[in-house]
Amino acid sequence: MNAQADIVERIGFDVDAVRRDFPILSREVHGKKLVFLDSAASAQKPRQVLDAERHIYEHEYANVHRGIHYLSQVCTDRMEAAREKVRAFLNAASAKEVVFTRNATESINLVAASWGRTFLKEGDEVVVSEIEHHSNIIPWQFLRDEKGIVLRVAPVSDEGELLMEEFAGLLNERTRLVAITHMSNVLGTIVPVKEIVRLAHDAGAKVLLDGAQAVTHIPVDVRDLDCDFYVFSGHKLYGPTGIGVLWAREALLDAMPPYMGGGEMIRSVTFERAEWADLPYKFEAGTPAIAQSVGLGAAIDYVTGLGLDSIGAHEADLLTYANQRLSSIDGLKLIGTAPGKASVVSFTMDCAHPHDIGTLVDRAGVAIRVGHHCAQPLMDRLGLVATARASFGLYNTRAEVDVLTRALEGVREFFG
Amino acid sequence: MFDELRELYQEVILDHGKSPRNFRAIEDARYHAHGYNPMCGDQLEVFVVTDDGGHITDLSFIGKGCAISVASASLMTEILRGKTVHEARHMFDGFHEMCTTGGDDPLADLPEEDADRLQVLSGVREFPMRVKCATLAWHTMNAATKGINEVSTDDGQGAG
Repeated sequence: MNAQADIVERIGFDVDAVRRDFPILSREVHGKKLVFLDSAASAQKPRQVLDAERHIYEHEYANVHRGIHYLSQVCTDRMEAAREKVRAFLNAASAKEVVFTRNATESINLVAASWGRTFLKEGDEVVVSEIEHHSNIIPWQFLRDEKGIVLRVAPVSDEGELLMEEFAGLLNERTRLVAITHMSNVLGTIVPVKEIVRLAHDAGAKVLLDGAQAVTHIPVDVRDLDCDFYVFSGHKLYGPTGIGVLWAREALLDAMPPYMGGGEMIRSVTFERAEWADLPYKFEAGTPAIAQSVGLGAAIDYVTGLGLDSIGAHEADLLTYANQRLSSIDGLKLIGTAPGKASVVSFTMDCAHPHDIGTLVDRAGVAIRVGHHCAQPLMDRLGLVATARASFGLYNTRAEVDVLTRALEGVREFFG
Repeated sequence: MFDELRELYQEVILDHGKSPRNFRAIEDARYHAHGYNPMCGDQLEVFVVTDDGGHITDLSFIGKGCAISVASASLMTEILRGKTVHEARHMFDGFHEMCTTGGDDPLADLPEEDADRLQVLSGVREFPMRVKCATLAWHTMNAATKGINEVSTDDGQGAG
């Protein structure tokens, strides 16, 4: 039995069948078969997602929530069905708690601008960590500059693990929010968020989890995690760009003022005053990303159809194999080796700068990301300017790890 | 493998990338600036010493970068020695044009020896994402001689 058949047998995950769902994976780049190892930046889309978007534009499209004509009603139903899929995906208590945004970044900005501006005051503390993406740093810096809140930064070990004792030591009676990633986009570290929520709640603080990376690799249950806000993007979850999610407890959303004003988010308007629409529409001013929300629903169906546990097992196999193959390359250093991490592999090579690595392996058809990955404070913490990063998704294979490995050996020969 | 990249990574570039010349700080340099490429996080510092006649008598750099940016900085420190600040800026314009639009022989009015040496970096034109690597040191030198201490390749000084 070959290795691939063995995996199908063992975890019930047939990657060859999965790959046939992704039309782009059959294309070539620079005359070589595409090896796409940049899903942590944005994932490719299966035919099921493309078909869902195409179908709505070809057969059902109209604006939602306002027309009484047939198509408007159909589209409204489609969009609300997608919202229900998100609810089930996160195991949220109610679809009213699911706010559609453009992406995880907008979701965090929404929380900072609405909840933060309303409920935080000078001297209040927000705790982030050293492994945050810029999108979970800058919105809080805005609030620091505007309201005089204090940003505290929880440190990580050299391996990329959150130092829990140091984290707990940052919590005090002034801590109002812990805003932390569920999974590092650079190192692949899975953060022990359940324990973080427990500690934060004990200190009387709310918790926002940035799930942009995590939702593609591990099942998320917001009620089990007991967090207060959870955000993610559709495009990393094999769904469309332009659609993201903010989940928050209903009581919190109720208490929060609207983020943007406009159509869709009001119940009644005069020139003197307005009454806000019910949840979640209060936060969805303007015509929403209708087809994209339906595409996200299709992506959730796709991922849950395969099963996040099976996907996780497949990716864990790839990660183990990649670690083993890449470690064999002379002068290559793996960055981020936390136990239980997900399938994101950052590395440096002593012979070449990440930019040069990226340019070379691109010629072998291999797409990896190089640079600071929108996490410059983490790069500073690690004493690096940049890394090369290969991120593995549900459609990647061991054979692709081999192509990457050969390309990196080629880099070594080229720069010697 | 990667033979088609020899045009971009010519031997001279690999050599200067690995063993950069004038890789040192100069204390009390007349001109000094930090250059930053926000796309990759690379940073360089360029130091320029001039005499009373405005001729560059010493020129150096320090920092971290890819083979292209380090080689470009290293070559620049060799080529600009002995030139006037005015000539250096003029050379930057031609070099920038060579790396971006290509133009109609942008190095035509430079001394032949200098043009030949700069020509080795013309391969970046085929790699738009790498143009800023090649021009970072030059942007930084240009800013330094204008008394600007911080420069980013995103500061709108041309497409590079």
